[in-house]
Amino acid sequence: MSTTTTTSWFLACKTSDVPTNGGVCVKYKEEQIALFYFARRNEWYATQNLCPHRQQMALSRGMTGTVKDEPKVACPFHKKTFSLKDGRCLSDEHECSLTTYPVKIVDDLVYIGVDAVMEMAGV
Amino acid sequence: MLILKYSPMKIVVIGNGMVGYKFCEKILSKPATTPPQLVVFGEEPRPAYDRVHLTSWFDGKTADDLLLATADWYQQQGIRLHLGDPVLQIDRNNKTIHSFKGVVETYDYLVLATGSAAFVPPIPGIDKQGVFLYRTIEDLEMMKAYAPKASKGAVIGGGLLGLEAAKALLDLGISNTHVVEFSSRLMPRQIDEQGSAMLQGKLASLGLKVLTGKNTREVTGDTAVTGLQFTDDTILETDILVVSAGIKPRDELARTAGLTTGPRGGIQVNEQMQTSDSFIYAIGECALYNNMIYGLVAPGYEMAEVAASHIAGEAKAFTGFDMSTKLKLIGVDVASFGDPFADPEKCHSIVFEDKFKGTYKKINISTDGQYLLGGILIGDAAAYNLLLQTTKNKMTLPANPEDLLLGSSRSAADTGAGVTALPDEAMICSCESVSKGAICQAVTDGHETLDEVKKCTKAGTCCGGCTPMVKDLITATMKAQGKYIRNVVCEHFPYSRQEMLDLIKVKSLRSFDDVLDHYGDGEGCEVCKPVVASILASLWNDMILDKGNDTAQDSNDRYLANIQKGGTYSVVPRIPGGEITPEKLVVIGQIGTKYNLYTKITGGQRIDLFGAHLSDLPNIWEELIAAGFESGHAYGKALRTVKSCVGSTWCRFGLHDSVSFAIRIEERYRGLRAPHKIKSAVSGCIRECAEAQSKDFGIIATEKGWNLYVCGNGGSKPQHAQLLAADVDSETCIQYIDRFLMFYIKTADPLTRTATWLNKLDGGMDYLRNVVLHDSLGIAHQLEAEMQSLVDNYKCEWREVVENPELRKRFSHFVNAPADKDPTVKFETMRAQKKAAEWK
Ligand code: SRM
Ligand SMILES: Cc1cc2nc3c(=O)[nH]c(=O)nc-3n(C[C@H](O)[C@H](O)[C@H](O)COP(=O)(O)OP(=O)(O)OC[C@H]3O[C@@H](n4cnc5c(N)ncnc54)[C@H](O)[C@@H]3O)c2cc1C
Ligand code: SF4
Ligand code: FES
Repeated sequence: MSTTTTTSWFLACKTSDVPTNGGVCVKYKEEQIALFYFARRNEWYATQNLCPHRQQMALSRGMTGTVKDEPKVACPFHKKTFSLKDGRCLSDEHECSLTTYPVKIVDDLVYIGVDAVMEMAGV
Repeated sequence: MLILKYSPMKIVVIGNGMVGYKFCEKILSKPATTPPQLVVFGEEPRPAYDRVHLTSWFDGKTADDLLLATADWYQQQGIRLHLGDPVLQIDRNNKTIHSFKGVVETYDYLVLATGSAAFVPPIPGIDKQGVFLYRTIEDLEMMKAYAPKASKGAVIGGGLLGLEAAKALLDLGISNTHVVEFSSRLMPRQIDEQGSAMLQGKLASLGLKVLTGKNTREVTGDTAVTGLQFTDDTILETDILVVSAGIKPRDELARTAGLTTGPRGGIQVNEQMQTSDSFIYAIGECALYNNMIYGLVAPGYEMAEVAASHIAGEAKAFTGFDMSTKLKLIGVDVASFGDPFADPEKCHSIVFEDKFKGTYKKINISTDGQYLLGGILIGDAAAYNLLLQTTKNKMTLPANPEDLLLGSSRSAADTGAGVTALPDEAMICSCESVSKGAICQAVTDGHETLDEVKKCTKAGTCCGGCTPMVKDLITATMKAQGKYIRNVVCEHFPYSRQEMLDLIKVKSLRSFDDVLDHYGDGEGCEVCKPVVASILASLWNDMILDKGNDTAQDSNDRYLANIQKGGTYSVVPRIPGGEITPEKLVVIGQIGTKYNLYTKITGGQRIDLFGAHLSDLPNIWEELIAAGFESGHAYGKALRTVKSCVGSTWCRFGLHDSVSFAIRIEERYRGLRAPHKIKSAVSGCIRECAEAQSKDFGIIATEKGWNLYVCGNGGSKPQHAQLLAADVDSETCIQYIDRFLMFYIKTADPLTRTATWLNKLDGGMDYLRNVVLHDSLGIAHQLEAEMQSLVDNYKCEWREVVENPELRKRFSHFVNAPADKDPTVKFETMRAQKKAAEWK
């Protein structure tokens, strides 16, 4: 498989579709991506929607917040928390990390970046 | 000679029980150029363990848990420990001892800590199978092995140990257990006739039967015990018998060695704990000081300290010991202190008795009204420490000494004053001889938590009875230093929940963001967001998904439903009081069928429909609301259900219409958000079919009105609710509930049920009763008004969602494909219904 990762951006939704300081789930082909909006700092993050703990499609319904300024999300099932910067689990060092995705806002539209490798896997 | 001078002193300790162990600890802590060489002999197979808490072996403590120190500890301290090897002979001329296994050791000093054995009265047949003693772990193991054969049990001896043994029988599942006492009352050494009657009543309510004034003539049975024959010709059948008729000091070794022993046993010692041979000491339950055997651990520890000091060349003397005790017997507090039986000629007694609650308190006061001489507490011994200290330190009594008895009803401030008033020398932990001064010093030195203080002073590490006082002292000392004990929510808010509630109220803040702007840092987190969201709801009762507060709600509140395994949700419509028309039942059935939901009757008398897709929730609720249902708040830290029994409308015993009252209560408090969920129930008579006494507030019909119970719960740590008010009419009952709930909402920590809140509330139930019934804080009207405004502001939040397209939009799985359901959701089938697929 090619290791050159070219980011391709897809249109996820309108900024107004996402609740302030919360998340939504975005469908991208057969994938589910959790998208989060930190209104107070005007920051956007995206991760896989699947919580690695019990394989639940739930992170977009989790609660966002910070720990010492690092943005994080807590899974609604067992409250494991994950960094939104790099996806690592903050509450359990043995837990798998989340895949994270870049997000960009153009006008009032939210784009999420997926790399070519994932593109391949998705097809 | 030179060699002798430099060889370490050698001490042999006979007996590795609680006191023998304590001696080792004490002698090693004495400053010495060369530490002594210690050799310890124990007859039992394991190192010294906590005999005081022996009975906890039956509720799950293992023999290892009970150890005072592991075998490793002895090794690390350089102690040679011989277990399972009793010493058989002392050769005083050659200063040597000989053990059962043939070990011979010389000694410079010998310490006898052989304790005592259970006294077995010479009753014919007492050696039959199924008769046990209650002193060692082996005794317990044998009892446990025999217990499955027994359905009836008996204990001879109604003293402290006998009652412990009876508890053990109950724990072993032998619910039909009798305690047989020769004297006319239980615990004759500690409590009086009236106290014993109260204790008996309490024990009876726990299923333990007591026979007093019974003299056993014979233990009947062929080879195994079948019963007790008393001198009054009555018979008690039993399959297992525990003999706990007192203790007998283990002085046999001392006697054969020619040491002076008492006529009724015990090794005679002087103030330094030396026996008639000045190289031999005796300590603990085998020692006879001033014609007295001290059958408690604290005096034994003091003796260990005195002997160790004397051997180390320090001057210390044993001058007798206070025999005050506080115990929890089968869950009942019993305490006796100072002189509980003071001569009525030489004192005034104040007695307080509450037959309903089962409390009996008596204090003896000097005739001049100046000093406390002693007393007895049954059922509620919260005031024990303070009373004991007042007695021991000869503190002058307040003008109204009866206040001392109602101690637990006094507010926190008063109790604090009680501790502060003690002199520095006051002995707070008598097991470990730790004074008030030493504890306060430790706190001043920076040990500000209970654990740290315990570690550095050892206070509270033995029987634990002084722990509440140690806590009070920590708080009082820190307060005196101007420190404020904080209990903050999380890193984002440096306030307690109660402070946050006050601040939010004063500033009339209505959204999480506003609160964060005013009082917080960062973005918040999964700890503080639900706390703030709950406070906002408790204060204003606004729609919880408004004002950007939706994302501050716990996941279940955010979607107004409980999330299930697999990511679907449950739907629980309110069914007040559990009453439902057949028509409404049909609607639930139709909706269940239409949306393919699993249905189940819940433990809360209503119906739960499980397995709904997120995007179906608004549609399901739209149909439910159209049929007259509303949200059941099963997802919220809010009022859940008010269970009811059928009551006087149908039941032949019903005193009042419990269903109507339950519905009225449920409709009044529906949607009320609180620090934790709140449950309630109304029973139509004392048979209590609605289980009201296991609820946060429960109501039971009486001939004259309602009894209101509060602060109970089921769950993992069940606790019975306690009576708050008796025989009140419906209006008064609701008024009290308003005040009670609002007071709880305003002062409890996050996620604290009412029972836990009460357990932490200074002054406990009496304090709460004063606030709610007697308006001791002067806030009753305010509490009622605040509750009324929440009641008036109630709206069904599901109705608001159903009617609001913007809110409805939030209930879809994919933001960019709202019509699609989560394709990963999987179900399986079971008993003709679906169930969530097993997760990995
Ligand atoms: C559905 C039900 C079980 C049933 O099938 O009967 C149930 C289900 C849950 N209970 Fe319960 N409890 C149910 C009655 C009870 C009862 C019995 C009762 O109320 O009479 C108790 C013990 C009584 C009590 O609370 O005092 C009970 C004690 C708990 C506890 C422990 C509370 C405690 O203070 O120790 C929890 C955990 C918690 O709340 O933190 C809990 C939590 C839960 C949760 C919410 C766990 C969760 O977060 O997923 C379950 C949600 C299921 C769902 O998806 O709907 N449930 N739960 C019952 C719903 C009653 C209702 O109609 O609302
Ligand atoms: C069920 C129960 C509950 C109790 N509850 C309380 C309470 O709540 N509060 C309280 O203050 N007290 C209580 N006690 C009493 C307390 O346990 C004793 O006061 C304490 O254990 C006495 O310590 P000791 O070291 O003197 O004797 P023990 O703990 O009996 O130790 C003596 C040891 O010496 C051994 N020994 C005897 N002869 C020899 C020999 N020749 N060679 C070698 N070893 C020998 C024995 O086998 C034993 O192991 C309770 C006791 C029991 C049994
Ligand atoms: S007892 Fe446990 S498993 Fe059963 S419903 Fe309650 S929380 Fe769920
Ligand atoms: S499934 Fe996410 S924490 Fe358990």
